[in-house]
Amino acid sequence: MKKGLFIFILFMCALAAVPLFVGDPFVCHILIMIMMYATMSIGWNVIGGYAGQVSFGNAAFFGVGAYTTAILLVNFSVNPWLGMLAGCVLSVGLAVIVGYPCFRLRGHYFAIATIAVGEIMVVIFTNWDYVGAAVGIYMPILEESFTNFEFHSSKIPYYYIILCMLLFAIAVSYFIEKGRLGYYLRAIKDDPDGARSLGIDIQKYKMIAFSISAVLTSICGTFYGQYVLYIHPSSTMDLMMSIHLCIIALIGGIGKLFGPVIGAFVFIPLMELTRVYLGSEGQGIDMIIYSLLVIMIAIWRPQGLWALFSRGDK
Amino acid sequence: MSSDILVVDNVTKRFGGLTANADISFSMKEGEIIGLIGPNGAGKSTLFNCISCFYNADGGRIVFKGQEITRKDPESICRMGIGRTFQIVRTFKDMNVLENIMIGAFLRNPKRKDAQARSEEVANVFRFTDKLYLKATSLTISEQKRLEVARVFATGPKVMLLDEMMAGLNIHEIKESVELVLRLREMGITLVLVEHVMEGIMPIANRIVVLDYGEKIAEGTPDEVVNNEKVIEAYFGKKYAKRRENKTRIQ
Repeated sequence: MKKGLFIFILFMCALAAVPLFVGDPFVCHILIMIMMYATMSIGWNVIGGYAGQVSFGNAAFFGVGAYTTAILLVNFSVNPWLGMLAGCVLSVGLAVIVGYPCFRLRGHYFAIATIAVGEIMVVIFTNWDYVGAAVGIYMPILEESFTNFEFHSSKIPYYYIILCMLLFAIAVSYFIEKGRLGYYLRAIKDDPDGARSLGIDIQKYKMIAFSISAVLTSICGTFYGQYVLYIHPSSTMDLMMSIHLCIIALIGGIGKLFGPVIGAFVFIPLMELTRVYLGSEGQGIDMIIYSLLVIMIAIWRPQGLWALFSRGDK
Repeated sequence: MSSDILVVDNVTKRFGGLTANADISFSMKEGEIIGLIGPNGAGKSTLFNCISCFYNADGGRIVFKGQEITRKDPESICRMGIGRTFQIVRTFKDMNVLENIMIGAFLRNPKRKDAQARSEEVANVFRFTDKLYLKATSLTISEQKRLEVARVFATGPKVMLLDEMMAGLNIHEIKESVELVLRLREMGITLVLVEHVMEGIMPIANRIVVLDYGEKIAEGTPDEVVNNEKVIEAYFGKKYAKRRENKTRIQ
């Protein structure tokens, strides 16, 4: 365990030091994307991994985070950091509204219901003029500063912000895993009726997990909006994004603290690089490669890549 | 009858046209062991599910410590102090023994440290001390059943409903479970046991309730029940019951 902590600190220091040595904005961009997806996938892992309730609608929280911040900023000049908080509140609201009926569904039916919710969100936002409909929203260009959450000359500030978010997500996930909530979620995943017989209000704990998942995804939505400065429905709440979150956790190790982080470090570079270098040769090569990867993992490492590192642990 | 800890009053449960429990009533005092027996399909597990609120009874009332619980849900029942096990073992497969017990212990000990300390005590009572870190699935069936009881015990119940904890065990293991049940009673827990294993239940039960086709056909001490004609009929058929009757008459 001590050794694991040491590796973690070393890894985080290395990650924090990268911008000091690597000036290439593309590398920086890929690392930002990795950390953003890792954060969201940790969020997905709380509900999909620990609690075993596979959600294909988590991108909706990303969209809510991005849109809330954007609309508050554009129409009411509200600071994006406050917008981020508002986004979290709305995302939790959405999680509760969606979770209340959907958590009564068991197994795959919950997953199907979340797909529907995600798609409904896309349709609403594509047709809702107030939020820019299909055209989307451009963020106003403000003076570059931390308070404004906008930086134009370099990606490095974004890099450190998302690094902090990632650390936050890891901390949240760590405390869930070590505390009562984590044990209860695993019990719910393993045997819902058994869990109920031991006094666990499974509905309540699923809701808590879903809300935490929503918050971790929503802050990334805000980050994405401020990073790209332009959002539209298909870039912020696409079904594909929800699926990516699930696949990242799957590759790394579902229900494991560092599973999503490892998954993101494998999957995002693969996705970005194949998109950049092979994207012009026709859409879909990146898809073929990652589906091959998923198949290989399903066959040889069903617990995820995490199992490669933790062989000695348990 | 204010001293009764659990009262089952005219409970009826129907599944479509099938009446699984018809007007079943019995009550139990604190510290009793009640055996619930009957042929397959008699409605024992249904009654268990009604008491533990996995099903809600269609008619009648279930009262626990003076409070009606008929329409509550399983999780609040457990919190009130009724614990149950399942006929088919339901240990958490991905967890080790200690973690399984901790899930139960968390109910009264929200802090991880306390829950772990409590679980280690419980593990000691149930003789799991040297198996704490084994996966639940690597235990034998008998151990898994015991683990399930331990897990429920960790929630601090007043009444425990044990569903066929002796089924499929060998003679030695049955003896162990009998000792375990007696130990639970010594600790002040009232027990209801659904059981097919007569040599397990008969020596320890204070009273036996017999169900057949969803109805209560007999209630009494083990001795009374084994000599009850209706019970013999339910278990061995009318023919045997008649033959036996003739025999005793001749004697």
